[in-house]
Amino acid sequence: MLTIKDLKANVEDKNILKGLNLDIKPGEIHAIMGPNGAGKSTLGNVLSGREGYEVTGGSAELEGTNLLDMDPEERARLGLFLAFQYPVEIPGVSNLEFLKASVDSVRAAQGKDALDSVSFLKLARAKCKLVNLDQSFLKRGVNEGFSGGEKKRNEIMQMMLLEPKVCILDETDSGLDIDALQVVAEGVNSLRDPNRSFIIVTHYQRLLDYIVPDFVHVLADGKIVKSGGKELALELEEKGYGWLEDAAENGAG
Amino acid sequence: MTDFHKGLLAINEQQSSLLGALNKNGADSFLQQEIPTRKTEAWKFTSLYNLTSNEEGYGRLAETHGAAGLDGLATIPALDAQRLVFVNGQYSEELSSNTEHKNVVRFSQADDTQKSIIADNLGTAIEQEKHVFAALNNAIITDGVLVHVGKNEHLKTKIQITHITTPQAKAFTVPARLLIVLETGANATVVEHFASNDDEQNCFVNAITEAKIGDNARLNHYRLQLVQEGSIQIGGVHVDLGRDANYDSFQLGLGAKIVRNDINVNHNVGGSHCELVGVYLPQNKQLIDFHSNIEHKVAQCTTKEVFRGIMADKSKAVFNGRIHIHPDAQKTLAELSNKNLLLSNDATINTKPELEIYADDVRCAHGATIAQLDEQARFYLRSRGISAAEADVMLSFGFINELLENLELDPIRNLIRPILAQRFGRDEELMKHIG
Repeated sequence: MLTIKDLKANVEDKNILKGLNLDIKPGEIHAIMGPNGAGKSTLGNVLSGREGYEVTGGSAELEGTNLLDMDPEERARLGLFLAFQYPVEIPGVSNLEFLKASVDSVRAAQGKDALDSVSFLKLARAKCKLVNLDQSFLKRGVNEGFSGGEKKRNEIMQMMLLEPKVCILDETDSGLDIDALQVVAEGVNSLRDPNRSFIIVTHYQRLLDYIVPDFVHVLADGKIVKSGGKELALELEEKGYGWLEDAAENGAG
Repeated sequence: MTDFHKGLLAINEQQSSLLGALNKNGADSFLQQEIPTRKTEAWKFTSLYNLTSNEEGYGRLAETHGAAGLDGLATIPALDAQRLVFVNGQYSEELSSNTEHKNVVRFSQADDTQKSIIADNLGTAIEQEKHVFAALNNAIITDGVLVHVGKNEHLKTKIQITHITTPQAKAFTVPARLLIVLETGANATVVEHFASNDDEQNCFVNAITEAKIGDNARLNHYRLQLVQEGSIQIGGVHVDLGRDANYDSFQLGLGAKIVRNDINVNHNVGGSHCELVGVYLPQNKQLIDFHSNIEHKVAQCTTKEVFRGIMADKSKAVFNGRIHIHPDAQKTLAELSNKNLLLSNDATINTKPELEIYADDVRCAHGATIAQLDEQARFYLRSRGISAAEADVMLSFGFINELLENLELDPIRNLIRPILAQRFGRDEELMKHIG
C-alpha cells in the first residue's frame, strides 16, 4: 500500500529524516513511537506535502505512485489522509462547507459525482453521531472554538467521510482525556478494513491499548531503529527510549 | 468660487421653505471650503480627479427616472420592510411599498409635526465646516426621507431606503438625505441600499445620513453600496448619541470609480455604545475609502469598530479610523480593528488607526494588519483534497463571512453572501461550496 524507501528530509536546512524505510501492506496498522524531536511529526508532514519540508532523498509510493512530486491536494485525492496534531481553526468557513468541498474534490478525482446537498447533510450528520459531536458543529466555523477533543473528533469525522486508503494520525492522542481517546479509537477501529492502512504516530503507549497495532516502530534521530509487534510498545513504556537511542548511536558508529 | 463649486450649486437654485435656511447655510459653507486635493490630510490617499475633472461636469440632475426593469434591484428578498425607492434621485411610487407608513415620510410630504421634527434636527449632527461634501449636501437637497420613531416605540417593520441609478446622457448628481430621529427608548432597524443596473454609470451620488438617537434608544443601521464601478459615491453618516443610546451599524462597500464614506459618531451624554462593522471589497481599478471618526466627549461610553477589506487586481482601499477621547471621557472602552487582505501585487491599502487620548482612565486597543492568506489554513484545506485555488476562495470568503455571521438580519446576509462569493470566485467551479 505505502512504501517508503530511504526517505530523507530537511526542515529549515536541518536534516530531520535521515533515511527512513517503511513498508505498509493493505489492512495493517503501524504505530510509530519515539522521543520528542525524533522526526515523528515530520514524517506525516512530508508525506502529506506541507510547505517548508524539503525532501532531499528517497521515495514514498502509494500503490506504486510517487507521492513526493504531488501537490497536497493530489495526495489527498489519491487516498492519503493526515489527521493533524493541531487542527487549524478557520472562522467564517463553515464545517459543513469545508467537508462538502473536501468530499466533492476527492469523489471527483475518483470519477464519482458530487453528492447533492441533502444527501451530504444526511451523511455528515450520521458521521457526527458516530464521533459523538453535536450536529451544531457542522454549522460552526471549521474547528472554531472547538475544544481539543472536539477538534480531534472532527478529524476522525473527516477521515470517515473521505474513506482514505492510508490514514496518518499525528499524535492524535495528545491532549485528550480518556473519554475522548476512546471515541477517537472507536472511530479508527470502525474504519479498519482489509484495504485501508494506518500509521499511528504517538509518544505514549496509551492510545495503543485501544487501537491495537500490527507493528510498532521506534523512530529515533530520523530513522527507524527498532521494529516489532505490539509488545514492543509495552517495553518502551517500561524502559523509555534512552536504551534505543544509545543502541542507534552505537550501531551507526 | 470655482466652476466646480458653481456647477454643483446650480442644481438647487430654488430653495424650498422647509430647507431654505439649511440650503443657504450649506451653500455658504461649501463656497468657503476648498475642494480637497491630495495635499489635504483627510484626502491624502483619495483623489477626486475623476469628479472634479470630468469634462461634462456633474452639475445637473438626472433627466430620466424610469422604473422599468429595476424591480429586482429595488427589493431585498425576504426582507419584510417598508420600502422607499428612488431612481436617479427621484421617488418611484412604482417600486416603493404601496402603503404609507406613519414612521417614514419624504420631507416634501411631511405633515406639520414631522416638519417641526425635521426643522429641529436636520443638520444638527453634522459639522459641515469639516465635511465639504456634507456642506454640499446641505446646499443642494430639495427633499429627503425622515424616519421618526416615538418615545418607547419599538418599530417591528424594518425601513428600507433604496437608491438606484441608471446611466444618463450626461454625467449627473443625486443628492440624497436621510434623517433618522429616535426618541427616548425607541428602537428601529434601517437598511440603506445603493444599487445600480449593470450598465456603465455616470452618476455622482452625494448621500448623507443623519441619526439622532435619543436616551436609551437603539438604531440598527445597515448601509450597503452595491453599485456598478463607474459610479461615484461620496457621503457619510453622522450620528448623535443620547444617554445609554446604542448605535449598531454594518457597512458594505464594493468600490467604484470613487467611494468615500465619512462616518462620524458623537458620544454626547454618557453610557452610550457604538458598534461599527464594515467590509470593503474593491476590485479592478476601483477605489473605496472609509474615514471614521468617533468622538468620546463624555465618560463611560464604549466603541467597538471592526473593518475588514479585500483588495483585488489594481484596486485601492483607504481606511482611517480615528477615535478621539476627550479629557472628560473617563472610563471609555474603545476597540478598533482593521484587517486587510491583498489579493494582488498591484492592489493597495492605506490604513491608519488613529487614537487620540486625552483622558487617563480609559481602555483602548487598536490594530491594523495587512496580510496574505493564512498558510496553515491553506494547507489544511489542501490536505483534504481541496485545490489551492478553491482554498484561496474559501479562505477569502471566510475572512469576510466571519463578520456577517453576527448580522441580525438573515435577508441581508443572504443578499451579501452570493455577492461575496462571486467577488472572489469569479469561477463557478471555485465558488460552489460557499455563499
